Amino acid sequence: MATETIVPNLVQMSDFKGRVDPDWCPGCGDFGVLAAVQKALVELQIPNHQVATISGIGCSSNFPGFIETYGMHTLHGRSLPVATGMKMANHAMTVLATGGDGDGFGIGCGHFIHSMRRNVDLTYIVMDNQIYGLTTGQTSPTSRIGMKTKSAPFGNVEGPLNPISLALAAGATFIARGFSAEQKHLTELIKQGIQHKGFSFIQVFSPCVTYNKDNTFQWFRPRVKKLEDDPSYDSSDWVMAAERALLWGDEIPIGKFFERNDIPALHESEPVLANAPLVAQDIRMSKAAAQSFIDELM
Amino acid sequence: MRQSFTLAIGGAAGQGVATPGDIFAKIFSRRGLHLNAYNAYQSIIRGGHTFLTIRTGPGIISNTGDTIDLIIPLNQDTMDRHLRLLTSGGAVLYNGDSIKPGEAAAGVQLCPIPVSTLADISKNKIAQNTLAIGAALSMMGIGFQALEEVLIEQFRKKEQKVIDENIAIARAGYDYAGKNFKPFAWPVPMTDTKYAVLSGNAAMAMGGAAAGVKFYSAYPMSPSTGVLHWFAEHARKANILVRQVEDEIGVINMAIGAAHAGVRAMSATSGGGFALMTEALGLSAQAEIPIVIIDCQRAGPSTGVPTKTEQGDLWQMLGASFGDYPRVIAAPLDIADCFTLIPEIFNIVDRFQCPGIVLCDLLLAEGRLSVDPKVLDFFPPIDRGELITSNGTADHEPYLRYKITESGVSPRVIPGVPGHTHVVSSDEHDEDGVLISDEYTNAHKRRAMMEKRMRKEQGIAASVPAPKLLGPAEADVTLIGWGSTYGVIDEACEMLRDSGVSVNHLPIRWLVPLHGDEILKLLKNAKLTIVVENNFSGQFARYLRSETSFVADGHIRKYDGEPFMPHHIVEAVKEQLAGKTALSVPTHEVMV
Repeated sequence: MATETIVPNLVQMSDFKGRVDPDWCPGCGDFGVLAAVQKALVELQIPNHQVATISGIGCSSNFPGFIETYGMHTLHGRSLPVATGMKMANHAMTVLATGGDGDGFGIGCGHFIHSMRRNVDLTYIVMDNQIYGLTTGQTSPTSRIGMKTKSAPFGNVEGPLNPISLALAAGATFIARGFSAEQKHLTELIKQGIQHKGFSFIQVFSPCVTYNKDNTFQWFRPRVKKLEDDPSYDSSDWVMAAERALLWGDEIPIGKFFERNDIPALHESEPVLANAPLVAQDIRMSKAAAQSFIDELM
Repeated sequence: MRQSFTLAIGGAAGQGVATPGDIFAKIFSRRGLHLNAYNAYQSIIRGGHTFLTIRTGPGIISNTGDTIDLIIPLNQDTMDRHLRLLTSGGAVLYNGDSIKPGEAAAGVQLCPIPVSTLADISKNKIAQNTLAIGAALSMMGIGFQALEEVLIEQFRKKEQKVIDENIAIARAGYDYAGKNFKPFAWPVPMTDTKYAVLSGNAAMAMGGAAAGVKFYSAYPMSPSTGVLHWFAEHARKANILVRQVEDEIGVINMAIGAAHAGVRAMSATSGGGFALMTEALGLSAQAEIPIVIIDCQRAGPSTGVPTKTEQGDLWQMLGASFGDYPRVIAAPLDIADCFTLIPEIFNIVDRFQCPGIVLCDLLLAEGRLSVDPKVLDFFPPIDRGELITSNGTADHEPYLRYKITESGVSPRVIPGVPGHTHVVSSDEHDEDGVLISDEYTNAHKRRAMMEKRMRKEQGIAASVPAPKLLGPAEADVTLIGWGSTYGVIDEACEMLRDSGVSVNHLPIRWLVPLHGDEILKLLKNAKLTIVVENNFSGQFARYLRSETSFVADGHIRKYDGEPFMPHHIVEAVKEQLAGKTALSVPTHEVMV
C-alpha cells in the first residue's frame, strides 16, 4: 500500500473573516484588536470551529459578529460566566471572552474577580477606552478624575479602577496590557494568553475616537513603554508586577506584567473532566451509580 | 379515614431533632410503611424552635395530617407549645428530670423518662433523645431489633464502644417504657415492601441526574440548597460537573454557556435568586439555548420568611424577563413527582430550545416522602431534539442557526463541529445569526424571527398533557389546586366524602402551557369551584381567569408560612358550601 502524506489545510486569515464588516466608528481602536486576535489564531494554527468567542454588550462586545468562530453575544457584563460554562462543558475548545471596560469592570466586575480566582482557562481581552461608547459617552470605571462626560458634565469625581492591580490581587495567572496601535506586540500577547493554561487577562488600550477626547491614540503613543524592553523586568515576580501596575502618567507600561504556571487550570482540577470533555461523555450514568443512589435511600 | 400514626419531635435547633427523625423514617419505610415528614423550623443554626412531624401508614401518606399521636419534646418550650395538640389516646414522652408537662387534655398519657437514672448524661449528651426513641418504639410495638440495626448504621463511623453504649441506652428506654407506659393500640399493619425515603430537593437532583444533566450550577439559597448538596456529594459518581458560583446571575449564565456547548444544564434557587436570573432567562429564549431552572418557593417578598413555605412566585415566573418568548413552567405535585418531572421537562426544552421552569416550594423541597424505588427510574427516555453533532458531508448547505421553519425549531449544532461556525445572540438576529437589531434593523426580518420563536408554543402545547379531574366527573364542589397542594387536597376530598359532601379535584401540574380550553370543558358542569393555594392574592385563580375568563366561586388561601392541613380545607369548604364566605383564610393553630 502506498504511503500517503496528508497535508492539513492551513489555517488562514480569511477563515476568521466575519460575515459582516465591523460597524465600529472609522479609526476605532477595536479594529486593531480584531486584527491582532485573527493573526494570533492564524499563527497558532487553531481552526475556527475550535474557537469560541464570547462577549457581553457594548461597542467592543460586537466583536464575535466580526470574526468567524463559534460566537456568542450574551448579556451586558455576563461574558465571563457564559464563557466559563462553555469552557467547562467543552475544554477542548479555545475560549476567548471579549468586551469593554464598562462591561467587564463595571456591571460584570464581580464575575471578573471570581473568574480570575477560579483560574478558568479563558483568554479575556478587554478593549478599554475609558468611556461608555454605545450609550453615547458616559463615565466608565476607568475614566480619569476630572474627565467630562455626558453623565459627568462638570467632571468625574470618582477615581478610576486599576485593572492590572485588581487582576494581580484576584489571583489571575496571566496578566498583560497591550495597545491597539502596537499590532505586533498585541498579537504576541494574545498568542501567549491563548497558550497560557489558566485565566489570561489582557487589557488593551483601544481609544474611542468619538467620545473620549482625553485618552486618544496621540495621548497614549508617547507614554506607552514595553516591559519587554526592560531587561531587569521579571514577569514571574508578583511584587515587581504590582509596583509597575501603579505607573500611570508620563510612562505607562504595556506588555506581560505577570505569569505563573504552577496552578492548574480549573478544568484540570476536576476529576470529572479527566477522561474527556463533558460534552463528549455519555449522557447516561452507569447502572451501578444509579443503584447506589437508590440504595442510599433505603 | 386513612390508617396512620403521627409522631412529632420538637426542640431547639442544634438539639438533634433531625437524627431521631431519620431513625424513625428508616424504621417505618423498611417495614413497608409509607411516610410523609415535614420540619417546621426557623432561620437559626442554634436555638429557636424546630418541630418535625412524621406521619406513617400502610397507604400513601400525602401530607402530615391533622392530628398527632405521640410528641417527643426535647425541651420545655416544645412541651408548652405543643402539648395541647394531643387528644385522648395520645401520649407525650419527655425527660422527667428537666421538663414539666403542664395541663394535658383528658386521656393523654404523660410518659416521663427518668433520664439521669437510666443513662449517664455527663458522658452521653444525646442520651435523652436515644432513650426517647427506644421508649417510643416500645410503645408502638415495634421490636427492638429494628432500632438496633438502624443505630449500628447511624454510628457506623464510630468505634464499637460508642455503638454499644448507644444501643444500651436505647434498650434502657425501650425496657423502661415496656414496664411503665401503656402501649399504643398500633393501628398500622406492616407490609413486606421497602420504600426509599427522600426529600424533594434530593428527588429533583436525582431526576436531573437521570435526565442526563451534566452541568449543575448554583448559589446557596434556602430552601433550594439541598439540590446543590445532593449534586456536590454524588456528582463524581455520575460524571456531573458542579459549580458553586458567585451569584445567581453568574449561575444561570454559566448554565447557559454549558448548555450552548451541548450538555444538559440545570440550576436551582429560590425567589430572590430567581429574580437575579431573569435577564438571562430571556437570553436562553432569544439565543434558543435550553436550560431548566428550579424555583423552590419560600414566603416572600424580599428576604421574606426563608424557612417557610408559600406558592407566591407564580406571577414572577409568568412575567420573568422582558419581551415575549416561549417558556415552559411546571409544578411538581409531590416529592416523587419532583423526580419524574425533571426528565420530562428537559425533553421538552431540548426539543423546543427554550427555558423551562420547575416551580417547587419549601413544603416539597425540604419535606420527606416514602417512594417506591421503582418510581426512581434513572434511565428515562431522553429526547435531545434536533441536534447536529457531526459535519456530515463536506458540501452541506450553509448552516443557518436560526433557520425559519414551520415548527419554529431550527436544528442546533454542538460547537466544535467543522463548517458550522455561527454567532448566537441576545440581540435580534437573522437566520444566520447576524444581528438585525442595530445598524441592520429590518422590520420584516424581526417579525419573521419573533413569529418563528413563538410558533414553538404550539409544539410545546401538543407535547404536554391536559389536566384531569380526580374523583367523580360531577360533584357539588370542585377543588382546584396546583403543585404541592395536591396531597393535602386529595386527603381533604376523602374526608369531605366521608362526611357526605360530593367533591372532585383538579390538580394543575403544567402551568405553561395551561390548556385553558380543556380546563373550561372540565369545569363546564362544576357547581361550586374553589381554588386552594398557598398565597395571599390567589395567584393561580388570577392566572386562570386571565387565560380562560373563568372566575372561581370561592378561594381558600393560606399565607402564614405553614402548609395547609387537611382540616383547614375541609372546614373552609363547609363554610363556603353554607354560603358564609367566598374567601377562607385558615391560620395555623400552633406557633411553630
